Amino acid sequence: MLSNLGIIFSSVAFFVSLALIYLSLAELKISNNIISQKIYKISLVQLIFSILSFFVLLLGYIFSDFSMINVFENSHTTKPLFYKISGTWGNHEGSLLLWINILVLFSFLFLFLNKNKNRNFKIYTLIFQNLLITGFLIFLLTNSNPFSPIFPVPNEGMGLNPILQDPALAIHPPLLYVGFVGSSIYFSAALAALVSKVEAKSLATSIKPWVSISWFFQTTGILVGSIWAYYELGWGGYWFWDPVENSSLMPWLLMTALLHSVLVLERKIGLYSWVIVLSILTFTMSVVGTFLVRSGILNSVHTFANDPSRGLFILIFLILMVFSSIFIFFKYAPIEKKNYALFSKEFFILINNWFMVFFLAVVLIGTLYPIFLDTLIGQKISVGPPYYNFILAPFLIPLLFLMTSGPRHSWISSEIKKIFNIILVLSLSLFLIVFFLIKESSLIINLILLFSIYLIVQTFFDFYENFKNKSINLSRIVSHFGFGLLIFFISINHIFSIENNFNAKLGDNKKIEDYNIKFKNLEVLQKKNYKSVIGHFEIINNEKLIKENLKPEIRVYNQPETITYEASIKSGLLSDTYLTMSNISDTDIFNIKFQKKPFMNFIWLSVLLISIGGILNFLKKRIT
Amino acid sequence: MKKKNLIITCIFFIFFFITMFLSLDKNKIYSTRDYVGQQLADVDLEYFNKNSIFNTKKISNYNFTLINFWASWCGPCRKEHKNLMALSENKNLKIIGINFRDKQNNAKEFLKEMGNPFFILTKDTDGKKSVNFGVYGIPETILVNQDLQILKKYIGPLSLKDVREINKIVKK
Repeated sequence: MLSNLGIIFSSVAFFVSLALIYLSLAELKISNNIISQKIYKISLVQLIFSILSFFVLLLGYIFSDFSMINVFENSHTTKPLFYKISGTWGNHEGSLLLWINILVLFSFLFLFLNKNKNRNFKIYTLIFQNLLITGFLIFLLTNSNPFSPIFPVPNEGMGLNPILQDPALAIHPPLLYVGFVGSSIYFSAALAALVSKVEAKSLATSIKPWVSISWFFQTTGILVGSIWAYYELGWGGYWFWDPVENSSLMPWLLMTALLHSVLVLERKIGLYSWVIVLSILTFTMSVVGTFLVRSGILNSVHTFANDPSRGLFILIFLILMVFSSIFIFFKYAPIEKKNYALFSKEFFILINNWFMVFFLAVVLIGTLYPIFLDTLIGQKISVGPPYYNFILAPFLIPLLFLMTSGPRHSWISSEIKKIFNIILVLSLSLFLIVFFLIKESSLIINLILLFSIYLIVQTFFDFYENFKNKSINLSRIVSHFGFGLLIFFISINHIFSIENNFNAKLGDNKKIEDYNIKFKNLEVLQKKNYKSVIGHFEIINNEKLIKENLKPEIRVYNQPETITYEASIKSGLLSDTYLTMSNISDTDIFNIKFQKKPFMNFIWLSVLLISIGGILNFLKKRIT
Repeated sequence: MKKKNLIITCIFFIFFFITMFLSLDKNKIYSTRDYVGQQLADVDLEYFNKNSIFNTKKISNYNFTLINFWASWCGPCRKEHKNLMALSENKNLKIIGINFRDKQNNAKEFLKEMGNPFFILTKDTDGKKSVNFGVYGIPETILVNQDLQILKKYIGPLSLKDVREINKIVKK
């Protein structure tokens, strides 16, 4: 029943999208100043039907309607309601439906909220966006239908992977999707701008809020994903340079570049083509990422069930998308005269963009090179964190430096510059102190630390100066401040982390540096859908005489039968104590991993600050 | 200038897409589909738990045998494991596991965690023996009948569909 309803709703959405393209094309031929009402109405119908189809799938999950294969394969009646709901987008088909919903929603909002006077620009944007929507709907209906029926109807579902049963993970994909898919709207707008020859400022103002908002969601999505990895995967890390993480980072880098160059475009006539290239690339990169993840070319914790036919579809879609963009770009892009004054603000923004492109290239090569090598030569290699850290870390230093000097360039008075020289001297001496304090650590990490402090301090002056001039660019200050803090805390965390692995039996005592770990008790509980083995540990800091009780857990889920290791984490203001426990077969010995990780909460907080900058930027545009 | 940029951009993307297409197709290029219908190679495998040899000829003792290549480090293996567990309940089918390039302890841990569907468990520590079965990556699964003829080959994790297919061939 629900299955049929879902197919009907999504098919209607598909035909409405086709109709919308047809009518928009017809609309272009009429010379009029306003867009006719029927376009708005049909757009609304499209939104309603795509939301309805998503709602049907959601109901299927909530009421465990196993007559749909998708629900059967990914849900179970004993699952808590919250995870039934998040199960809707926790799989390939469901997430594709969510994608389409976001595409449609953004298309709708762009049409309704955009105050841009250029009528043809809006219509072209609608056409390009709807071409994307139709493409994805064809994919959904022919290849990845979440509503496919199963007969006979099974009594029980197969269950959702317990590792995915986590609140952070329930919201992580939707956040990222809004970021990823949100970039589609400026992809469409960029192409529309070329075709309808929109002037620079008007393009900048119409895409700016969308860039800010998708950037905000992308940043938050990455943050929540990292938090999930930290709490749930139980390895004590938060960023693994996993190819799938990289595929969310790459669009983020492009969005960041775009966010900055839009500012130039808005104020001066310049970077027009560059902004368009970035807009096109951001969404292309998002689809490339999706292709890598869904086609099964990559293997990681994130991979959905592999299916080459899916990959082929996305690849064909991508080819069409890229080559039509290239065609439109080279046919319509205006020739620009480039004259950027050295050390002007736009000069620094351009440099920021080159850094982003460099980071992107490094991450892209690290992600694709193994695939290329395997395909073309047949050699298997793996590219891991050492590659990224080694290549990226040194470049953080000039980036941080430029972030410090860039913003003050067009407005700062010489008076402040003097203060800056003092700060430079101060920080250099600070650097020496830090270097003295931290033995056995490399010069690069210390320099990074120094320059992050430099950036943090600069943002305070930036704020002060802004405050004095009564024009506060809060979004920049907050984001740059957050970035400075992020690099600072990551470096500190990197330097001061303690990690130790050992085996212990009940009652054992273990001394690690200043800590004494005691295995006090073992408890076995039967929960609703899993059995839990909980270890009780007491950790005493000998130096500060602080006592902490930690309870790492081993969970044996029954549906599907899986074991997960729940880390026990005591989050403190200054540092986290992290304990995981795993059993060793046929013995009463457990393997314990003890970690002391300083400033974890501050790392999350810094990223949150960065993303808040994005929302502030969005709001600023709305208010004025 | 414009033309040059256009050509460079196009070449870049064409190269990119061709490689991506080939990597999609990689399964097929290396397809060991040719092995289907052929006789199973005569290979000596080491038992997982004891120091003796299991020869593939012994497979002719069973009606149907499923040879599964897996490792604890392999994510998709974890994914397909529940399907192997389901198949292990089929009385007409014996599952032989070949633990591929794995550490003994990790493999034990994996089975303890996920259950042991294997009737016989062997190991291929350096991955050289598996070549004889036409395996190039794991997980891979081969269905063999009593005459040691290869009936089916599954590359990648066994899906529910595969389970149904196997059960259909073997008949419960």
